[in-house]
Amino acid sequence: MGGLFSADAWEKIWVFRDTFILGLANTGKMAAVALLLSFLLGLIFGLMATSGQKPLEHISRIYVELIQNTPLILQLCFLYYALAFSGNSIGILPTGMIALGIYHGAYMSEVVRAGIGAIPKGQFEAAASQGFGYIGEMYYVILPQSIKIILPPMVNQVVNLIKNTSCLYIIGGADLISLTYSFVTGASTGGAYGPAYLVSGLLFFVVCYPLSTLASYWENTLKLREQKTQVVPLTIEERG
Amino acid sequence: MDTLEASFSMLTNPGVLIYLLKGIAFTLVLSVVAVVLGVVFGSVLALVRNYCTTKKTKVFKALATMYIEVFRNTPLLLWIFICLVFLPFPKILSRSMFGLTSVEVKMLYKAAFALILFTSSVIAEIVRGGLNAVAHGQFEAGHSQGFNMVGIMIYIVLPQAYRNIVPTLLSQVITTIKDSSYLANVAVIELMSRTKTLLGSAYIYNGTGTVNVSDVFVLFGFAMVIYFIINFALSSLVRYVQKHPRIPKPAVKTG
Repeated sequence: MGGLFSADAWEKIWVFRDTFILGLANTGKMAAVALLLSFLLGLIFGLMATSGQKPLEHISRIYVELIQNTPLILQLCFLYYALAFSGNSIGILPTGMIALGIYHGAYMSEVVRAGIGAIPKGQFEAAASQGFGYIGEMYYVILPQSIKIILPPMVNQVVNLIKNTSCLYIIGGADLISLTYSFVTGASTGGAYGPAYLVSGLLFFVVCYPLSTLASYWENTLKLREQKTQVVPLTIEERG
Repeated sequence: MDTLEASFSMLTNPGVLIYLLKGIAFTLVLSVVAVVLGVVFGSVLALVRNYCTTKKTKVFKALATMYIEVFRNTPLLLWIFICLVFLPFPKILSRSMFGLTSVEVKMLYKAAFALILFTSSVIAEIVRGGLNAVAHGQFEAGHSQGFNMVGIMIYIVLPQAYRNIVPTLLSQVITTIKDSSYLANVAVIELMSRTKTLLGSAYIYNGTGTVNVSDVFVLFGFAMVIYFIINFALSSLVRYVQKHPRIPKPAVKTG
């Protein structure tokens, strides 16, 4: 099994443990920046989609459909090679951060849109009647209510984002999976397939499992609460 | 912009076009096969995880849960690499077919296997969502009519569960089409990988002797348009199915 039970292979992993630490750090760095970017894009385009202004809604729709219907790898390659062949290469990690941020920004925007769309219309009217401006209305009235609807799918997106850092491999990446692969195929380090894949898989699992469990737990409690108060689902269907 | 014209001239080259069209066909066939097998395998996983709760069968529930959680929380690319190394390859497939060399067939088989394993875990959770949405009264009604557990599943619960998850499964086809582009990493012959290969040898086809930035835009733009057309059609279908459910939901919730 690729040296899964050989002490030599495990020793090799331990000697080259810096490879995995570096990979994890790169993946973490990339995920953090991409996450920030995607939050920002998601909030902006999500608010645009629910603003009621037709042009803004169309722009947001085009962004979401264009990004959600094409593969991340293709977008990443497009960005990377377009920059590289025009002589403006900005490096692998920054390219990955931008591509990941834009890709998941589209998903975040849909999450925000659905969250705001689930708030009953009366809340917007009540806020307006109390003299709130747009920002005050969103900040004090609407967003605090929709955050509980937004959070579970958003955490799922975070998990997907962390997993998708592996797409960097196609442009010769520096993330955990790419470094693991170059480790097991390298001339001086190669061979320890079993332990290396186990270690990098475990690292991903340790980060992602708590997050996805938390997301599904939140989702379930939300569903239970909805069943108890039958008013909420009715208004969702009304708003379509 | 004569480099742009040169880049567009690549798309009028019949050889290039056929090469790309075959890539599209592989992408589509691969994704549909992965989802269909994923539904079969995923349903088994979902049923085991949901209903193997007696003392004797609890170990199967634990195994199914472990499988689903492990695959959901690790990247697809890792599983492609693992399958490349560890998956046994049957000798009978070791020849050229579908116009691919025997090495390409081997890669396709192994990477497609990883895609199927990965997709099953996602679909298992979708099926489980559908199963959980079936009202508990349906089980009791089935028992009272003398069905055993297998009969209840096949005749009563699973049909309702599948009907509930049709839109979600269609969305999963979109996700799988996008995920299949990960196979480009190991030079499996689908649309993404063929586009990338073409970019590397664009200087042969565009007549200028070099790879220009316009080639990037034309080739990747072409692939984007293809992916977009396929996926947008599917997501429009999803929205249509969601808006027009074939059987209206009961007004009164039971259970």
